[in-house]
Amino acid sequence: MSTDFKTPTGAVRGLGAARAGTGHHIKQRVSAIALLFLVPWFLYAVIAASRGGFDGATAWLAQPWNAILMILTLGAAFYHMRLGIQVIIEDYIHKAGMKQGLLILNTFVCVGLFTATALSVLKVWISAGL
Amino acid sequence: MSGSEWTDPRPMSPHLQVWKWHWTMATSIFHRVTGVGNYLGALLISVWLIALATGPEAYGFVEGIMFHPVGQILLFFWLLSLVFHLVNGVRFLLWDGPKIGFEPKTASRVSIFNFAIAIILAATIWSLATNLF
Repeated sequence: MSTDFKTPTGAVRGLGAARAGTGHHIKQRVSAIALLFLVPWFLYAVIAASRGGFDGATAWLAQPWNAILMILTLGAAFYHMRLGIQVIIEDYIHKAGMKQGLLILNTFVCVGLFTATALSVLKVWISAGL
Repeated sequence: MSGSEWTDPRPMSPHLQVWKWHWTMATSIFHRVTGVGNYLGALLISVWLIALATGPEAYGFVEGIMFHPVGQILLFFWLLSLVFHLVNGVRFLLWDGPKIGFEPKTASRVSIFNFAIAIILAATIWSLATNLF
């Protein structure tokens, strides 16, 4: 027997749990665990890469491990960012339309930037001809 | 919450104005603030990577901004934001996973520690980056 007294319409209008919160929580934590390892590497890597000018940075990114870890960092980071900013938008923006618009924009920015940066890494790596 | 049209009839959690400042709420709020800061920083890192793939001219332009004093200040604050979010994020994982650190006194101490260690780590990384390389 169901203990939920809300009408289906009420639940759909956002007055009930969407039953997706646990999944969101776990995804946020799993990407956080990945970033716990990737971000320290990333900080070291970006500092090392940015010291050698254009040639130094391309030579650095042409190393397979650097390219692999960079794409992994970008994937985990943009995924984690999308989830985090989604919660902030949901918490503070309540104006109908504005909220949905920002949520969609957040997804587009994160997916778009991941695609553009991952392609950039691949381009540098392939151009090096290794 | 000014300017928003609140239509949800359910009770709201207290606003920022009615909270008494204490260490654990400060880390909680700064976790969000630095999360947004990291997001903005990621946009800049994206520009750096895309410029690297575009060519030497575009990369030189981005380098000019990066090594400009204003760029350096922004990069330092981004580093600080990233390190704080990372350090404080470990605490969230400890809360969620092994469920440790909930004791109010411990939680407050960890909050103070997180602020301190983030500043120390960011300053150390920055000085290593500017002196060693």
